[in-house]
Amino acid sequence: MSASWKKVGNEARLLLIGIPVLLWTLVPVYHLFLFAISERDSATSGRLWPKHPTLQNFEIVFQQKHFYLNHFWLQMFNSLVIALAVGAITLFVATTAAFAISRLKVRGGRTVMNIALFTYFIPAAFLAVPMYKTMSIYGLLNNQWSLILAMVTIASPYCIWVLKQASDKLPWELDEAARMDGAGPLQLFRLVYLPLMVPSLVAVGTYSLLLAWNEYLYAFLLLSNDTDVTLAVALGHFLAADDSPWELLMATGLIYALPPAAIYYAFKRYMVSGLTAGAVKS
Amino acid sequence: MTTTVLGAAAPKPLSPWTFWGRALVLPYLLVFAVFVVFPVGYGLWLARHPASYVKLFDDPIFFRTAINTLVFIVVAINLKMMVALALSGFFVVKRWWISVVAALFILPWAVPSIPTILSVRFMLNPEWGVINSTYFRLTGLDGPNWLNDPLLGLSFSMLMHVWKSLPFWTLILVAGRLAIPAEQYEAASVDGATRWQKFRFITWPAMKSLYLTSTILSMIWTLGDFNSVYLLTGGGPADLTHVLATLGIRYLRLDQVDLAMASIVVALPLVLPLVFFMMRRLGK
Repeated sequence: MSASWKKVGNEARLLLIGIPVLLWTLVPVYHLFLFAISERDSATSGRLWPKHPTLQNFEIVFQQKHFYLNHFWLQMFNSLVIALAVGAITLFVATTAAFAISRLKVRGGRTVMNIALFTYFIPAAFLAVPMYKTMSIYGLLNNQWSLILAMVTIASPYCIWVLKQASDKLPWELDEAARMDGAGPLQLFRLVYLPLMVPSLVAVGTYSLLLAWNEYLYAFLLLSNDTDVTLAVALGHFLAADDSPWELLMATGLIYALPPAAIYYAFKRYMVSGLTAGAVKS
Repeated sequence: MTTTVLGAAAPKPLSPWTFWGRALVLPYLLVFAVFVVFPVGYGLWLARHPASYVKLFDDPIFFRTAINTLVFIVVAINLKMMVALALSGFFVVKRWWISVVAALFILPWAVPSIPTILSVRFMLNPEWGVINSTYFRLTGLDGPNWLNDPLLGLSFSMLMHVWKSLPFWTLILVAGRLAIPAEQYEAASVDGATRWQKFRFITWPAMKSLYLTSTILSMIWTLGDFNSVYLLTGGGPADLTHVLATLGIRYLRLDQVDLAMASIVVALPLVLPLVFFMMRRLGK
């Protein structure tokens, strides 16, 4: 009898933690969703479910029928292209560096790891000011390459570090066997290294892609033309006026938030093992 | 004779392994030189005049910002890490519904910050926000102007930061807890240890180092958290809720680059020791 009471008490205690945690997590997200499916002016009624749920806001967004949304599709496309470019370039830069350091044991590899780690720890907002000035010297301001290259700079140190940790775990015998068979460095890279590294490559590729898609600060500093900016910057424009159409902002925000969330959940397995193991080595 | 001299003078041909080792590390070194070394060097050069620092210290906003940043780092990060440590104990319990909660709990970290921060910003809107409209319906009184109060504004920015990054750190600490052998807890249960004793003598000693590393890493990164403050309060009211991350950008937009760089340089004595500490921990 007392044992079962103890069990009930234990379950109750778990629920007492779980329910507040769930509310804390979901309230801002649900509020976003509620606004996106509410008619203008009825969203603040305090109801938990709108009287007349509607998809009209999404229709306005998709048809670009508002001053703030004139370039919605183009900005969505910009976000996508920039994220893909950052993902691809970061993967290239980080994989080659990790391979050279970990498998080819290039001289000075340790130093390269240290400078990568150092860059990783510079707070991104601190680097933003000099980065902005530098891009203007390079003549890249208002050019999407400036954002792509800045994001590659920010994403690659961590990717190199994660990939190097993973490469160090591959058995040396594989390299030796490949060398015995007469493989050159590039064949080793292509035929042995890359196939074995796929899970880590997926993790860091996804990481850099999401980092670029989600970035706001660098995007709004480096790009300013309405036709160049990413969706993140376009969302920030809604803040310019007090009477902004909030329901449209929320609908656009929801559309903007869905792809990264979907990608995250699709690759969760890789992300969690790759990134948590990498983020803090205990 | 001549051949040996020539042979010694000519550069030794690189083995393909050495050649490709250098060639493959080159792309990153280029990125580093062009987009880290040059900007940082140029930034430090811009911040070379002592007059910039005099101007910076004369700016009352800077003083307020420094305090805000310290409060943010000391209060918000420690609060967040303690909650993450406690919650990691909740998430390792095996129940089907806890796995569901865990999957949803990641959401703040998985979605971009802008939509969710703006959602909270509108919740707190004094006239139309859901909080004050509900308060008005219930009491007939006007609710407070949440983000127009510096203390409340900064507190909400800190809560926003916690909301966004708590899942990530909880996940890290869950990984830490899962690495502790279950036998230790079983043995302790046999000996009749209480919940607190198990934490005090098994969990904490095993997690201490991970917890410290995570806290310091989170502090360094939080210095770069621009979104939680800028998108919620915009640094207002009257520039009283800025942190270093937003102040530098504010100076930049006012075309006072020397002040922007100076505000970053004065933070370096605080940041660099933490960075080197982290490099020694993770660089091994």
